[in-house]
Amino acid sequence: MGALTLARAALICATLGLFLAPWHGLQDGFSELASWPRDSAAPLVALLLDGSRWWLWPVALLLALAAPALLRGRAGGGLAWIGAGLVLAVFGAGYAIGLNGLNWSWLAPLLGAPPPQPSLGWGALLVLAGGIGLFAAGQAARGRFGADAFVAFLVCGCGFLLVLFVFLPLVNMLSAALYEDGRLAPAAFGARLVAPEAWSLACLSTHAGCGVVWNTLLLATLTGVISTLLGLGFALLAVRGGVQQSRFGAGAFRAMTILPLITPPFVVSLALIVLFGRTGIVTGFMWDWFDIPRSRWIYGLPGVLLAQILAQAPIAFLLLDGALRAISPSLEEAAATMGARRMRVFRNVTWPLLKPALAAAFLLGFVESLADFGNPLVLGGDFDVLSTRIFFAIAGARHDPGRAAALALLLLALTFGAFALQAWWLGKRRYTTVTGKGDSGLPAALPRGLKFTCAAVVWPWMIFTALVYGIILVGGFVHDIGRGDMSFTWRHLGTGFEIDWFDGAPAFLGSAWDSLFTTIQVAAVSAPLTAGLGILLAWLIARQNFPGRRGLEFMTMLSFAIPGTVVGVSYIMAFNVPPVELTGTALILVICFVFRNLPVGVRGGIAALAQIDRSLDEASATMGAGAFTTLRRVVLPLLRPAIVTALAYSFVTAMTAVSAVIFLVSARHNLATVYIVGRVEAGEMALAIAYSTVLIVIMLAVVLGIEKLVGRARLGRGSAPPIRAGA
Amino acid sequence: MTDIAIRFDRVTKAFGPVRAVDEVSLDLPRGALVTLLGPSGCGKTTTLRLVAGLELPTGGRIEIEGRDVTGLSAAERRIAMVFQSYALFPHMNVLENVSYGLLVNGARKPSAEAEANAMLKTLGLDGLGQRLPSELSGGQQQRVAVARALVLRPQVLLFDEPLSNLDARLRRRVREDIRDLQRKLGLSVVYVTHDQQEALAVSDLVCVMRAGKIAQMGTPTALYEDPADAFIADFMGEANVVAGEVLGPDRIALGGVALDVAIRAHPPGPAQIAVRPESILPQPEGAPGLPGRIHRAAFLGQTREYEVETSAGMLFVVTPAASPAFATGDAVSCHIARAIPLR
Repeated sequence: MGALTLARAALICATLGLFLAPWHGLQDGFSELASWPRDSAAPLVALLLDGSRWWLWPVALLLALAAPALLRGRAGGGLAWIGAGLVLAVFGAGYAIGLNGLNWSWLAPLLGAPPPQPSLGWGALLVLAGGIGLFAAGQAARGRFGADAFVAFLVCGCGFLLVLFVFLPLVNMLSAALYEDGRLAPAAFGARLVAPEAWSLACLSTHAGCGVVWNTLLLATLTGVISTLLGLGFALLAVRGGVQQSRFGAGAFRAMTILPLITPPFVVSLALIVLFGRTGIVTGFMWDWFDIPRSRWIYGLPGVLLAQILAQAPIAFLLLDGALRAISPSLEEAAATMGARRMRVFRNVTWPLLKPALAAAFLLGFVESLADFGNPLVLGGDFDVLSTRIFFAIAGARHDPGRAAALALLLLALTFGAFALQAWWLGKRRYTTVTGKGDSGLPAALPRGLKFTCAAVVWPWMIFTALVYGIILVGGFVHDIGRGDMSFTWRHLGTGFEIDWFDGAPAFLGSAWDSLFTTIQVAAVSAPLTAGLGILLAWLIARQNFPGRRGLEFMTMLSFAIPGTVVGVSYIMAFNVPPVELTGTALILVICFVFRNLPVGVRGGIAALAQIDRSLDEASATMGAGAFTTLRRVVLPLLRPAIVTALAYSFVTAMTAVSAVIFLVSARHNLATVYIVGRVEAGEMALAIAYSTVLIVIMLAVVLGIEKLVGRARLGRGSAPPIRAGA
Repeated sequence: MTDIAIRFDRVTKAFGPVRAVDEVSLDLPRGALVTLLGPSGCGKTTTLRLVAGLELPTGGRIEIEGRDVTGLSAAERRIAMVFQSYALFPHMNVLENVSYGLLVNGARKPSAEAEANAMLKTLGLDGLGQRLPSELSGGQQQRVAVARALVLRPQVLLFDEPLSNLDARLRRRVREDIRDLQRKLGLSVVYVTHDQQEALAVSDLVCVMRAGKIAQMGTPTALYEDPADAFIADFMGEANVVAGEVLGPDRIALGGVALDVAIRAHPPGPAQIAVRPESILPQPEGAPGLPGRIHRAAFLGQTREYEVETSAGMLFVVTPAASPAFATGDAVSCHIARAIPLR
């Protein structure tokens, strides 16, 4: 695409935004359009002419400046300045003048006392898109971005979105921690950071609880260690213990790895309450048979830990399974030929080679535990962790955004600390055990003692897991699983999902329908956006050379490292007031999902692109195809498997996530997970479990459906080999 | 119209502090096959990619057929390129691969496929149109890559080490095919290789590069017989480079022994002298020439190879197998037919 084409399209877009679309956000939806072109639906040109937004004249002037050269068919580098000016003018005015009039008092001499200005709307969006287009066209005309306007536009657009929805909310939230009652208060900030609430060590000497930071660290460390060890046991049995030979074993192991991925994180907590709560099935059994008194031990550290391990151990298993399979058998055979016995081979060769994967599994468990919100909320009891404490600082009786921001900062520091540790650790030790040469040989069998130990831990755990998921499956269809009344009923499903027929049209009477529909809509909208944007970004990062590429990559990965609770807090702080006001809409849910799940799409895309020889792109270019054609006809068809994965992943996460969106849902746009958490808090355990079952079934169907619809990529004969040029 | 297909005017390509191509100026004539030759890392592939537009220069000016293309992307230059890896699209069949460029440039599908089929026929690939690249042999893949480039009727055709993935026997045949096709169609071709034999065999002109600059450019014969310096002499075939002295026209001294040897014009005085292995003929002791002793001897079927210890140093010698044989330790006298005093 040439710079001129892009610049003209951008000009048209911005002009539409100036003359037609309502400039400010429509508070009551599209019904407000009736008042166009006056009042709340007025386009900018009307607002300029009646003088109520005189400070936005620069927008119109800049567009008028860009038009003549473009109409004459010339696109020059100056367009970049005009585009940047447009974006700055719109946002600058938006931030400077808010709902209470002037926000930036230092501009008073220039602007006087302007009237209040509501949030930006469709018109502003079009002008911004146009501004970015002009900026990109100007850069391409200067020869940046390989002189390709399409690439330039993608980079500028993605960069803008990432800054707006990843970077700015974070900065905004961190600055909120610095303020108290609207004034800058570094002292309050310091006090919040070192508050005893976070750091108290009282639990060591008294019966009072410890600080949340210690709680969080303790929980995360335990989760990391135990789930890694369990995962290792599973992996050793699966790869070296001969379990995969039997069909039952293989099936059980595979189910173990899939179930947690499609289960909303806190559903496991529900099952644990049903099993071990004060009136739980196991508790009752223990009371009846062994006179072990009923207690609330499950609420607190043990329960949360158990739930997190149930979710994390399978993921550790997947990681270690891959690492174990990648160890070339010839290394172990070499040790064996030198006279080492099985145990010695394991200790001297296998174990050291596994260390990086063990570290990775531990850190993943650690980080996931830090970010987990659903389980501590449901099972935590008095045991508070950072994520729940942040939630209550916002949603609790004492609304204190500054405190929430400071706690979020602590959580963020812990997470980044873990990632930094991982990078440092893995950076030092990297063993390439896949040589690329054809490796034959048999992996060494497990030493006998180790095998028995693994089996003794793994099979009981497997039974326990089956029990937990069995509860989820059964719980929704019996009268009162919480009190052991196991007679069959459709009652709970009916409460949630009742449908009546009035005059041939279905009426969705069940209490769960609203949230289910919203969830499916939001997931269905955000999944293709996530996959599309993720793959595009991956392509830009992996294949294009442009200034700021590292920055773009960093910002993409940033949202991966930020715990959901932090994202939720930062979003309500950033998007609750003009100029970008999104809270209470379904759009903010979509945006939240897109930018939280983006890194997975990007990583998958980059990994897939690494398998596709760059000369394919270049060949396409030398035959006269521009970047857009190459992307559409060569790269995307080859990336199909990665796209399917990204689609399925983002859909599933959008349906199971709770931590970020619990801050963002509204009465009109509630989500299934949040609704379920609400049912649990209201004590309607059975309905919650029934709803969870419905969710799991839908997700399974959708994941399989996406795979079927988009199809697996057709690449020559055989299963998917690395895509090399011409091969 | 000029007779220049490609013109580089002080073109530089820097990657950070490294100058892969350093102020290179060259004119490549139309209708000729020019090879870019050099050791790895000399900048020859970067030069080719600069012509293709896959890299944009950091300085200087590039013209193709008189048109300034310096800032144009690959898609906007009328070139075609055959990649080392062939870069056939694995998800398209042979016909789709060959017609891709035509379709991208706006051709209608039926006419594009007809043209592609005709080109496949020219290259002896008819009947393979529906195959996927993964279902072809290496040689067939190579020809599909050539067909895909030729069907666009480019002003300049570029080859990036096109034979390196073929086995030795096939390599010779394919390079003849490329040469024939180039002559028949009168194409301007730039051809990158690191194999000097290949370069000598196919080129009208050879351009030897070293460290981002052009070391020497000329016909294969000129480069072989009249190298500019020791680097070229050694790179274009092997050469023994020894210290000696030019005594006058066709008279030099090597290792203190005065010899009558055909040389190119060179002022008298001490000089580095290159002697090709095949210019030396060992003879039984006592014959006129440079005396020495056989240090190592090997029989290679078509030729014999010796290392001869002389007063000028160790000389590497290649003789036809039919010439008299010597064994390790034999005393010989080396008759030298030609030598190249280096400037």
